[in-house]
Amino acid sequence: MSAIPVRPEELAGTKRENYINWSHTVKDWLLTVDHKRIAVLYLVSISIFFAMGGVAAMFIRLELLTPKGDLFRSDVYNRIFSAHGIMMIFLFLVPSIPATLGNFLIPLMIGAKDLAFPRLNLLSWYLYMIGGMFVLAATVFGGVDTGWTFYTPYSSVYSNSQVALTILGVFIAGFSSIATGINFIVTIHKMRAPGLTWFRLPLFVWAHYATSLIIVLGTPVVAITLALVAVERVTGIGIFNPNLGGDPVLFQHLFWFYSHPAVYIMILPGMGITSEIIACFSRKRIFGYPFIAFSSLAIALFGFFVWGHHMFTTGQSMYSGMVFSIISFLVAVPSAIKVFNWTSTMYKGTVSLKSPMIYALGFIGLFTVGGLTGLFLSTLAMDVHLQDTYFVVAHFHYVMVGGSLLAFLGGIHFWWPKITGKMYHEGVAVGAAILTFIGFNLTFFPQFIVGYIGMPRRYHWYPDEYQFWHVMSSAGASVLALGLVMPAVYLILSLKYGADAGPNPWRAVGLEWTTSSPPPPHNFDEIPVVTWEAYEYDADYTDQVADESTRQEISGTVPHPVSDHMGTYGNPPGE
Amino acid sequence: MSVEALHDGHSHGESSDAHESFAHHYVNRAQQDEAYIVGMWTFLVTEIMFFGALFAAYVIYRVQMPEIFDEVSRDHLDVKLGFYNTLILLTSSLFMALGVRAAQLKSKKGQLFWIGLTLLCAFGFLGIKYKEYSHKIELNLVPGAHFVYEGAHAGNAHNPSEAELLAASKPSYGPDRVKATTGIAVKRRPGDDVKKAEKAQIFLGLYFIMTGLHGIHVIIGIFLLGILWFMIKYNHPLAKDFMPIEMSGLYWHFVDIVWIFLYPLMYLIKPSLELLLHQ
Ligand code: HEM
Ligand SMILES: [Cu+2]
Repeated sequence: MSAIPVRPEELAGTKRENYINWSHTVKDWLLTVDHKRIAVLYLVSISIFFAMGGVAAMFIRLELLTPKGDLFRSDVYNRIFSAHGIMMIFLFLVPSIPATLGNFLIPLMIGAKDLAFPRLNLLSWYLYMIGGMFVLAATVFGGVDTGWTFYTPYSSVYSNSQVALTILGVFIAGFSSIATGINFIVTIHKMRAPGLTWFRLPLFVWAHYATSLIIVLGTPVVAITLALVAVERVTGIGIFNPNLGGDPVLFQHLFWFYSHPAVYIMILPGMGITSEIIACFSRKRIFGYPFIAFSSLAIALFGFFVWGHHMFTTGQSMYSGMVFSIISFLVAVPSAIKVFNWTSTMYKGTVSLKSPMIYALGFIGLFTVGGLTGLFLSTLAMDVHLQDTYFVVAHFHYVMVGGSLLAFLGGIHFWWPKITGKMYHEGVAVGAAILTFIGFNLTFFPQFIVGYIGMPRRYHWYPDEYQFWHVMSSAGASVLALGLVMPAVYLILSLKYGADAGPNPWRAVGLEWTTSSPPPPHNFDEIPVVTWEAYEYDADYTDQVADESTRQEISGTVPHPVSDHMGTYGNPPGE
Repeated sequence: MSVEALHDGHSHGESSDAHESFAHHYVNRAQQDEAYIVGMWTFLVTEIMFFGALFAAYVIYRVQMPEIFDEVSRDHLDVKLGFYNTLILLTSSLFMALGVRAAQLKSKKGQLFWIGLTLLCAFGFLGIKYKEYSHKIELNLVPGAHFVYEGAHAGNAHNPSEAELLAASKPSYGPDRVKATTGIAVKRRPGDDVKKAEKAQIFLGLYFIMTGLHGIHVIIGIFLLGILWFMIKYNHPLAKDFMPIEMSGLYWHFVDIVWIFLYPLMYLIKPSLELLLHQ
């Protein structure tokens, strides 16, 4: 079977039924149990919270333009950066990739009709929304001023802000992530198509498996810890209050026991996306597949043993500090393995710089910088100098914005044709990707310097000599903002004006590309039988040919380059 | 029970049944059953981590203040009532297991009977907990605005006035912001060891939080099993499936196991066998 089977209705120009157009009522969207629709619901709501967190960030950068805190009072400033951190971390980054792309793609990638528990999936979205509403309500009714870390006893005793309400929101949102984690674990274990062994899985799926493990093991701990803070606030029992015999460092242990692994919840899915994109746009089998797969698991495992590196200077014993320092160095090894493998994949590959690829390259570069500065911070003596400075702020923005966010955007650009069936304007997208990269570095690189020379985090009054760096950073932030608003515009426009994408515009391998775009309600007309390995890219298949054949394929004349072994539209070979 | 055992006993044996049904997104019934079991176990892992954080806090404070834990536990927790509750929960686990067995044997009567007994045990457990809690509430041992720890003064006839309590409650160290911002401070009797009352409050706080969270799980269990009981009784199609009872069973055993850790940790801090025997 080498010729592409063209559906009669496609030749006639009519659309076949897909997950979007089979019904149009609001009820069918809000009560859907289709993982693809839930992913879209998540995508929309997550973007809204991202925008709100972004507005808070803009206020922060505006305030920091001048050394005097002349725009906001200090307590208002505290509320703004807290709102920024809480929304960005708990309501955007943690669910971002898993709940949208993971939700949409995992069943498609493993040849299943849905996640194992579709209703749990819908429940997870509602929990997320309820949690988000509580956080919003807290912001409206006075805000919270503890920072996203809720350190005790400030949060549990002294703060005069909406700590309890915010914590309730984060607590509930935590359960939405647990629901997603359980769903992914079961789905990946039990719903794979026949023939799809673990080592034939796309690395995206491996990454989500590791992420889900972290979610399942870590989230309950932070949930109960935050609940304890709320209980302490309400009843005055002193579990975390040194005045009452409690131990505030215990809070930090419990909090970071989740929150360090949580940074891997944010980055691992991004690594999964990068593996997919790099392989596709280098047209090469990914280098060292098993190493990348196992390094995800290694990160998930080691990630649970380094939390103490957040507490070097806050009352933890020196000896635990030393142990945590060493283990933190070790956890960088699996991350580095991935970076080496991606670079080796590109080596002698046929690299084409499409917009998703530019995001992925940006990811690799920025994540590397972020990871390496993490090593600076894990060095015990160095951290005494750098703790609670802008150096730390720059470090985690390099990994979370430069890493996770760019990967998220790369993934959205890569799978947008699959999700919506439309192509966006490639030239503009490349422009936005480059603008984002430049704006990002302009914003955050100066923060390494200003932090190193002494600017503490979470302050808005600062000595005049730091102003130069802050102005640079704020200028960069406006470029970055432009780079982030652009995709919102052209992606939405593409829904109306974009060209039809066809099932596989990038000539990518992977089961999700074998079904039509957007996928039909039940993903595959027939459950595929997998007889090939992952990433079987055809080396001499050049970009130009790809473009050519995309155009022709839509009119249905050219052989499908990967159809020889993959079938098309999910028909198993030989059908 | 292991997943394999379950399948030998159930799906494979039943696969010839005509009425066998499964949700549309599964390939077959076996896949659905396995998904449910894996999902349930994963959920139980999250539960373990949930309680695990509390147990960690407990261990840390017990190491930091062993005498207080010992004293408060001896003076204010009732070993006997705790022991009855342990017995009750253990027995209920047995009943639950027999209920699951009855489901494997497809005996509707058996399921109703054993689930009924399990439910009875659950209510008995809550009854005893209610007695324990209300006793402590009377003694003002609930952490919060009304907490009074009498410690060594227990049985002292003098009942301090509100003013006396407040005066004694001014911490002699640190800022008095606790009271100022939350309106809450630990009330102490004049002459009480300042730190002691607060430490006692931490122990009792952990006691209430941990047994309370466990109690909430028991209540959830009652709802689960209650609904299941009615579903079986009225031949609800879902209850024909083996999975609901199997999963409720796993959940119930988990609740039981948590208590098996809570009882010795809370009630039996010093080897208290003699306490139990001589009380
Ligand atoms: C490559 C391995 C990494 C190492 C060795 C590392 C190390 C560290 C260390 C030692 C700190 C504490 C700095 C201080 O407070 O003084 C820190 C902070 C932080 N890191 Fe990393 N990191 C790594 C990767 C990541 C990743 C991948 C993310 C997120 C995607 C991340 C997010 C953060 C955040 C959010 C903080 C600040 C937390 C706060 O205090 O608010 N890190 N990192
Ligand atoms: Cu960390």
